[in-house]
Amino acid sequence: MIERLLFGAVSTVLVFTALMAVTTRNLVHAVLWLGMTLATTAMLYILLQAPFLATLQLILYTGGVLSLMLFGVMLTRRSSEQDGVMVGNESNGRRRALPIVAIMLGLLVTAVGRTPLANAPVSPSPTTAEIGKRILSTHLLAFELLSVLLLAAMVGAIVLARRKDASLEGTNDPRERAAALPGSRPAGAPKEV
Amino acid sequence: MTLDAYVLIAGFMFCIGLYGVLTRRNAIGILVSVELMVNAANINLAAFAHFGRGIDGQVLVLFTTALTVAEVVVGLALVLLLFRRRKDILVDLANGLKG
Repeated sequence: MIERLLFGAVSTVLVFTALMAVTTRNLVHAVLWLGMTLATTAMLYILLQAPFLATLQLILYTGGVLSLMLFGVMLTRRSSEQDGVMVGNESNGRRRALPIVAIMLGLLVTAVGRTPLANAPVSPSPTTAEIGKRILSTHLLAFELLSVLLLAAMVGAIVLARRKDASLEGTNDPRERAAALPGSRPAGAPKEV
Repeated sequence: MTLDAYVLIAGFMFCIGLYGVLTRRNAIGILVSVELMVNAANINLAAFAHFGRGIDGQVLVLFTTALTVAEVVVGLALVLLLFRRRKDILVDLANGLKG
């Protein structure tokens, strides 16, 4: 009974925060709503008796990914936008997106309804020690490949985001720095269409 | 709680993320929506692990989480690059290669 109540509350918060994350017009707020969604997901993991996943979720997502995204929002903010980054949702795009989403949701709900799912947990939930042993025995190759992938992503991100001209490191005014960069257009120039 | 409930919640979340990907014009907004979709998939994996055979599903969530972090890092680097080139990150305006 109490589990049912908890699940109802957690899933309501989950859907509400997810909706706010995709519909709010302020980008910083969208990222913060996403953080709420991810933290609520950690509660869902606890309800699923997976404390390891809940910890992972809180550390990696709400700790790492969220702050990274906030930095992304702040770094790509134009100086003209004083009161937050506003994002316009085109009504045209919404009109096209809604039927696609409705079809997808209908398909998913039908598929879940028609599939006989085992609805009772068959085995006791694994402890973190068991998960660790499984990672380092059965899934050892995937684990090592994953570390190579993370290294590649790190190197790739540094190469992509690095400034080409190292002599501009001293300038602090972003507009001055942007104007001095060879490939960039000055801020007032018309955009290519 | 039953497995159906968890899978349905994950399905709802996936669809909300899909709606965000389709309607957002800002590249970071799209990244936020993609996070929602990945999160829905993770909930599914954890739910099937709980109601099924146990350990492997949780290991898979660990792997997908690491993949998502890598994806976000590279995605944000690309967004920064786009911003440096164009001074905005609206993806529908970045059509320089359009024929």
